[in-house]
Amino acid sequence: MSAPLRVAIVYPDLLGTYGDGGNGLILARRAEWRGVDVELVQAASDVALPEADIYCVGGGEDGPQVRAARSLIDDGTLARRAAAGAVVLAVCAGYQIVGTSFPGADGSPHEGVALLDIVTTKGLGARAVGEVVAETEAGTPYTLPTLTGFENHGGQTRLGGSGTVPLAHVTHGVGNGDGSGTEGAVHGRVLGTYLHGPVLARNPALADLVLGWALDDDGAWSSPLDDSAANALREERLAATMGTVRRRRRLGRHR
Amino acid sequence: MRYRLAILTTRAVNATSRRLGRGQGTVAGGRSGLRIDPQLLERLTVGRQVALVTGTNGKTTTTRLLAVALGADGTRVVSNETGSNMPPGHVAALAGDRTAPRVVLEVDEIYLPRVLAATKPATVVLLNLSRDQLDRTNEVRMVAGNWRAALAAAPHVTVVANADDPLVVWAAGAAAHVCWVAAGLAWQLDAVGCPSCGGRIAFAADGSWACVTGCGFARPQPVATLRATDHGTTYHGLWADGRAHQITLALPGRFNHANALMAAVAAETQGIDAADGLAAMATIGEVAGRFTRREVGGVPTRLMLAKNPAGWSELLELVEGDGGPIVVSINARTADGADPSWLWDVPFERLASRIVVATGDRCRDLSVRLHYAGVAHVMETDPIAAVRTAHANHVAAGGAVDDRVDVIGNYTAFDELLGAGADAGAGADAGAGADGTDATTDAASVDV
Repeated sequence: MSAPLRVAIVYPDLLGTYGDGGNGLILARRAEWRGVDVELVQAASDVALPEADIYCVGGGEDGPQVRAARSLIDDGTLARRAAAGAVVLAVCAGYQIVGTSFPGADGSPHEGVALLDIVTTKGLGARAVGEVVAETEAGTPYTLPTLTGFENHGGQTRLGGSGTVPLAHVTHGVGNGDGSGTEGAVHGRVLGTYLHGPVLARNPALADLVLGWALDDDGAWSSPLDDSAANALREERLAATMGTVRRRRRLGRHR
Repeated sequence: MRYRLAILTTRAVNATSRRLGRGQGTVAGGRSGLRIDPQLLERLTVGRQVALVTGTNGKTTTTRLLAVALGADGTRVVSNETGSNMPPGHVAALAGDRTAPRVVLEVDEIYLPRVLAATKPATVVLLNLSRDQLDRTNEVRMVAGNWRAALAAAPHVTVVANADDPLVVWAAGAAAHVCWVAAGLAWQLDAVGCPSCGGRIAFAADGSWACVTGCGFARPQPVATLRATDHGTTYHGLWADGRAHQITLALPGRFNHANALMAAVAAETQGIDAADGLAAMATIGEVAGRFTRREVGGVPTRLMLAKNPAGWSELLELVEGDGGPIVVSINARTADGADPSWLWDVPFERLASRIVVATGDRCRDLSVRLHYAGVAHVMETDPIAAVRTAHANHVAAGGAVDDRVDVIGNYTAFDELLGAGADAGAGADAGAGADGTDATTDAASVDV
C-alpha cells in the first residue's frame, strides 16, 4: 500500500473514559508487527476529524458523550468515511453514539451519528457493571472465539431491522440489555459493543477481524502473532467469570 | 445513653480487634458503634473545629500534612490517619479522642455529602477529581455534581479548592466562601468537557483554562500558587498578597508539594500562620507507608502507591530519571475497583528499557498492556518472588547487589507489600501494614 494505514482514536479528550484508546494502540501495533505501514492519530475534538481507515470511538460520560455526538454529526467526516467503507469500532458510550438515538444525562433522547440501526434508552434497573462473556453467532462472517470483556453502562440498546445484526449473544453479563440476550451490533464494517476499555486486549481475534476489514486488499498482513500474553489473560478471565457463576449456583441451591 | 453505649462499643471492638492482630480494627469498631447510634458521627463532632479532605489523589497525605499543620499552635488534633475514610473509620478515630478541639478527616469522594452534613465542618479541602474505580463511582462528573449540591447547602463552610482542576472548580463554585489554590493538574483528560455548559475547556501552557464555548466558566484567581524552580527540586508557595514561602518536605514529588500548599492554605483558614504550618509538615517522612524504604523478600525496596491514571502519571515521572529495576503490582479487589481497564490510560511506555516485573492478581492484564507498550518484562504472580526476580535480573545485568528495587502497586497490592515488609521486620513500621488492611476492609463495605 502506498499510503499508511491510518487508525484514528476519535476525541480522546471527550471519549475514552475506560482506557478505550488502547483499542487504537492495539490495532496499530498488530498491523505494524506484520509489516504494515501504519499511522496512529489522536483526533482531538477541537479540530476537524481527519481522514482515516479505522476509527475507534470510546466511552465517555453523559455530558461529553452528547458533545461528541453533536461534533461528529456537524463535522460529517465519520459518516462520510463509514459510507466509503472505513472501519468503525465503537465501544460503550461510543457504541450508543453511532446509533440513531441515545439518552443524555436527564434521559432525553439525543441524535446519534446513525451508522448502526440501534436505539438506546435509559435502563430502568441498576447499571450493568461487571464481566461479560458472549458468543458470536456461528456461520456469520464474524464468527470468533468466545468474547470476554467488562461492561459499565446504564443504557439499554435495541437493534432495528435495516441490516444491523447483533455481534454476539450473552452467556454471562447484560450486554444490550433489551431482553434479547444479545450483545453489540454490526452493520458492514461498523462494529459496536458494550465490552468497553481495551476489548481488543482480551480478544485478539476481534482485533484481527477489524484489521482484516481495513486491509482486505492485502493478504500478507495476517501472519500469526505471539498472543501468549493475551491468551493467558483470556483463560484467566473466563475461568474467573465462570467460577463466579458456579459459586453463585452452588449458593443458590443451598438456600 | 445510646451515645455512650455506642462509644464504648466502638472502643471495645477496636481494642479486641487490635489484640487479635486484625489491623487497627477501626472499621469493625466504627461500624458497631454506628449500628447502635446512627447519629454517632454528628455527636462526636459537635463543638469541634472540623476539616475534611477529599479528592481522587493525595487525600491520605494531605490529611496527615493538615493535621500536623493544625497542631502547630499547640492545639490537639484528632485525625483518621489510618486511611479508613468512610464513616466507620471517622467514628473510630473520633471515639478514640473525644476532646481534641480540632478534627481532620480524610473522606472518600462519594461520602463527602454525607460526612459534610453530619460533621458541619469549618473547612473542606478539594484536591482534584479524575477517573478512579469507575465500576464504583460510575462517573467523575456525577461525583462533582454531588459535591456541588452538598456545598451549596452548607454556607458555613470555607472551601479550599484546586483552581487548576475545572471539575473541582465547578463543584466548589456553589460554596459561599472559597480559597482557590493553583496546585496544578497533571491529568487533564477528565476535565476537557465543560462541567458548566457541556462545551469544551481549553488549557493554556501555563495551566490556566477557560471554556471556549463561551459560557464564561474559567479558572478563578488563586490566593496561592505552587511554583517549581531548579528543575522541580525547589518549590515555593506564592500568595496573591505578595508573601512567598518555600515548601521543604521530606516527601518527594511535585504532587506532594501541591498537597502541602493546599494544607497550608487550609490551616491558614483556621488561624495557623502558613510558615508555621509548612515548617510542621517538613517533619513528615512517610505517610501510611508510601515512599517507605524497606526490605521485601530480603531485597531493598522503595514502596509506592498509585491507583489511577493521574497518580501513575505522576509516579512514572518521578521514577523516570532513575534507571533501576521496577516491580509493578496490580490487583482488582473491591478496594481497587474490579475493572483494570485504566491500565491502558497509564503511559507505561516510559518503562521501556528498564528491568520490569509484572505481578499481582491481575498481572496478566498488566502483561498485555506492557506487551503493546513495547516494554519487555517478566511475569511473576507472587509479589515477593517478583521483587526477588527484579533484583536478581538487575544483578545479572551487572547492577549492584545493594541497588534498590522500586515497587509500585495499586491499593491492595501496595498494602500486601507493605505487610510483607513488616513481616520481614527490616526496620518496618508494623502499624502501617495494619492501617492498609483496615482501609481495604473499609472500602469493601461499600459494595456489599
